[in-house]
Amino acid sequence: MSTPAVKLTRKDMVSDQEVRWCPGCGDYAILSQIQRVLPELGIPRENLVFVSGIGCSSRLPYYMSTYGFHSIHGRAPTIASGLKMARPELHVWVITGDGDGLSIGGNHLLHAMRRNVDLKIILFNNQIYGLTKGQYSPTSEFGKKTKSSPHGNIDHPVRPLSVALAAEASFVARSIDRDTKHLQQVLLRAARHRGTAFVEVYQNCVIFNDGAFDEFADKEWRAERTVVLEHGQPLIFGAQRDKGIRASGVRPEIVRLDDPELQREQLLVHDEQREDPTLAMMLDRMTSPELPVPLGVFRAVERPVYDELMEQQIRQARLRQPPDLEAVFRQGDTWEIEPEAD
Amino acid sequence: MHADDAAGRVVERKELSRVTIRFSGDSGDGMQLAGTHFTNTSALIGNDVSSLPEFPAEIRAPAGSVPGVSSFQISFADEDIFTPGDRPDVLVAMNPAALKANLHDLPRGATIIVNSDEFHAANLKKASYARSPLEDGSLASFRLFEVPITSMNERTLAETGLGSHEVARCKNFFALGLMYWLYNRPIDPTLRLIADKFGRRADLAVANQLALKAGHAFGETAEMFSEHYVVRPAHLKPGTYRNLTGNTATALGCLAVSQITGLPLFYGSYPITPASEILHELSRFKQFGVKTFQAEDEIAAIGSTIGAAFGGALGLTGTSGPGFALKSEALGMAVMTELPLVVVNVQRAGPSTGMPTRTEQADLLQAMFGRNGESPVAVLAPATPADCFEMAIEAFRLALRHMTPVVLLSDGYLANGSEPWRVPALADLPRIEVKYAEARPGETFRPYARDPQWLARPWAVPGTPGLEHRLGTLEKQDGSGTVSYDGENHHRMVELRAEKIARIAQDVPPQEVWGGDEGRVLVLGWGSTFGALRSAVQRHRREGRAVSHAHLRYLNPFPANLGEILGRFERVWLPEINLGQLALLLRARFLVDVLGYNRVAGQPFGISEIYDQIGQQYEAASSPPAR
Ligand code: SF4
Repeated sequence: MSTPAVKLTRKDMVSDQEVRWCPGCGDYAILSQIQRVLPELGIPRENLVFVSGIGCSSRLPYYMSTYGFHSIHGRAPTIASGLKMARPELHVWVITGDGDGLSIGGNHLLHAMRRNVDLKIILFNNQIYGLTKGQYSPTSEFGKKTKSSPHGNIDHPVRPLSVALAAEASFVARSIDRDTKHLQQVLLRAARHRGTAFVEVYQNCVIFNDGAFDEFADKEWRAERTVVLEHGQPLIFGAQRDKGIRASGVRPEIVRLDDPELQREQLLVHDEQREDPTLAMMLDRMTSPELPVPLGVFRAVERPVYDELMEQQIRQARLRQPPDLEAVFRQGDTWEIEPEAD
Repeated sequence: MHADDAAGRVVERKELSRVTIRFSGDSGDGMQLAGTHFTNTSALIGNDVSSLPEFPAEIRAPAGSVPGVSSFQISFADEDIFTPGDRPDVLVAMNPAALKANLHDLPRGATIIVNSDEFHAANLKKASYARSPLEDGSLASFRLFEVPITSMNERTLAETGLGSHEVARCKNFFALGLMYWLYNRPIDPTLRLIADKFGRRADLAVANQLALKAGHAFGETAEMFSEHYVVRPAHLKPGTYRNLTGNTATALGCLAVSQITGLPLFYGSYPITPASEILHELSRFKQFGVKTFQAEDEIAAIGSTIGAAFGGALGLTGTSGPGFALKSEALGMAVMTELPLVVVNVQRAGPSTGMPTRTEQADLLQAMFGRNGESPVAVLAPATPADCFEMAIEAFRLALRHMTPVVLLSDGYLANGSEPWRVPALADLPRIEVKYAEARPGETFRPYARDPQWLARPWAVPGTPGLEHRLGTLEKQDGSGTVSYDGENHHRMVELRAEKIARIAQDVPPQEVWGGDEGRVLVLGWGSTFGALRSAVQRHRREGRAVSHAHLRYLNPFPANLGEILGRFERVWLPEINLGQLALLLRARFLVDVLGYNRVAGQPFGISEIYDQIGQQYEAASSPPAR
């Protein structure tokens, strides 16, 4: 059904619909990086499908020139899973947000990830409800004052990556809207992963939660307050790359590389391929200002892929027993009624 | 006819035209198995049969208690029968609880066969009997036979070396053997099936066979039964038959559609009583490319199905009332995106969790209106267990041609009930043509352009070059399908969606009336009440009354000729297992004074109940209407 790989460009991914996000919204950057990354995959445009739920981020499929489905609140993973199961040759993306994916649709997200359906799930986390105009979301910080929490939010926030890791998602990563290069790399890795790829993207909502990530993501001090994960490399950060992370038991701590007491082997070395998600879970608990916020691929492991297993069972069943509808009709006890002679 | 038995006694053989038997015991007593064997054997010798299992609502109700009773009713006859029968002629009660649970259903004079060994103090207490009903005279108006089934079964199997637990599990076959003798059925088919079933445990196979033979021999030699009965073969249309429950029929119908159309079937579902068997059945058909998905919840079940339908598969999801409620929003999405989808709702007693194992017809209005906005869908309802096969095919035929969700309203009674099904030849299955949209060079694809006849939009599946488009749940611009907030356009789209469903009336067979084309009383019905209504109307007609029966299988839209039919009768009378849901729709649509008869007791209607009610309607209709 697919045409031979053609060279597409970013422009080929842009639909004729006018983009309707607020000027300055972080969504623009994410859209544009997705459109940039897709041509590199060599997948024909007709085999790309974007499925979304409801929310600001979920408008994204309308702006893609691929196939798309803007569905209902929280349910995108279900539609995408069904589509992928029915048509495993398609490349299916899910676009969701913190409210869509972790509140109303939390259950579906969890199950898609544990099954390891071959979906690329991008969760735009702006820690607020944007489309409904500014209520606290499941990732809003404790105590936050919003339209629906004038006295402060008393919900404890959920960590998206910890949810993904608990579901043992086979690919778990984080990036940020304003670091386009990093975002591109992470999206590309996610796109090439076999199985569920879950990517949290910190996304600035200029209208209702402006500057939510500035504390660590502002360009001025980003190098000091974030750490970029690289497989097989020690966790080193800082504008001068003069600081590292050491694990004291299961507690990460900052060490200065020029500390004469420090031995290099004490630095925490990132291993995204560990089966056991404990290390990744520990990394996800690193938050600013005490520790630098990790960005990059937390986990990338191989696990049997749900839709492939489904195909495999069908192939095996066919080998064992070719389809014969008449035989199925006649299963069990049958009897004949003879024409009556009269 | 008579037969001399081994002891030289003359045992009378009576010919009966119809018998209804109920096997009842503890849920561990194997009553479902005994009932199923009896059904199959009766069908094999050419009787028309109809059966209905009844399970305890609580899976782990204590053994010996009334809530733990499990029953299986079967009716067999020498003519067409439409229901598993009203009140049993014979009750086989394996313990006091089974007697207690069923006694109120028995007509005076009915035969009761009890396993007398189980009527000891402990069991009587569990069934809350102060005194043994076998001794206190309370069963005087019945024909009571006390058979020590447990002990005779134990003696029969004493030499087998099986443990007492395994021996006890054979006593259902002893009871079955006895009933085979009483109703003159061969035991060979069951002996063969036992051998197949217990293939690996030869000792168990032999034990069950011994128990069956012993029960049969007991019937022959015991002095207690002075007569046994013959029911002649029915006059069924020639062909190959098998017994089919409604859920299996639904599954096979959908599988057939997959074969007819060449499209893969996708079934997204979440386990729920009484619909789960559809999932079990379909999950066995992987060799046909059937993909079954046990979703995390009801919403994911329909969501995945809609995703599969978007991808060009036959999208099927199934559930019961509570699950159907959860699917509402997603069903609205299928209306908005105009994708073909079949939703099976095997109705059960509600509201809320209600009575999961009991039947009801109270989800019709939910199917019609249970969504936000003007959100029309087609609604069909099979009339009998085997009809589920045909209506499942119809549901897909309409969904595919009209690009719409179709709700198929089955119910618990159809789902678990069974009847003989004439196995169709593949060549006799209806043709269903499906065409995906294809790109036309130089033309911009318009996903909401409609075919002029049916107003269906094209089915453009991902993977097709040139048709890339975005579906969505926001209102669509007519034709182009882009997002539109224009009020006039919205009004047009609301009307188009309604008109699209209304036009299905031109694509379904006209409503048939059984009996006379006009007359005093038209008995209307839908769904699983078919059997009781047809039998009762048949009886009135035989007695010369101008009563007819019309059973609706297409509930939205109604067949085009329905309004005209309703006008031809003095009285239109509609029994429903709800508080008048179809009556409400008919009254609103046709301004006809449809009279309802409504009983919502978790049970199918009985034939005699309906017969009596029709009689009253008939009398009332003959007197001039009071105005
Ligand atoms: S409300 Fe916030 S998230 Fe939504 S489009 Fe505007 S800036 Fe972006």
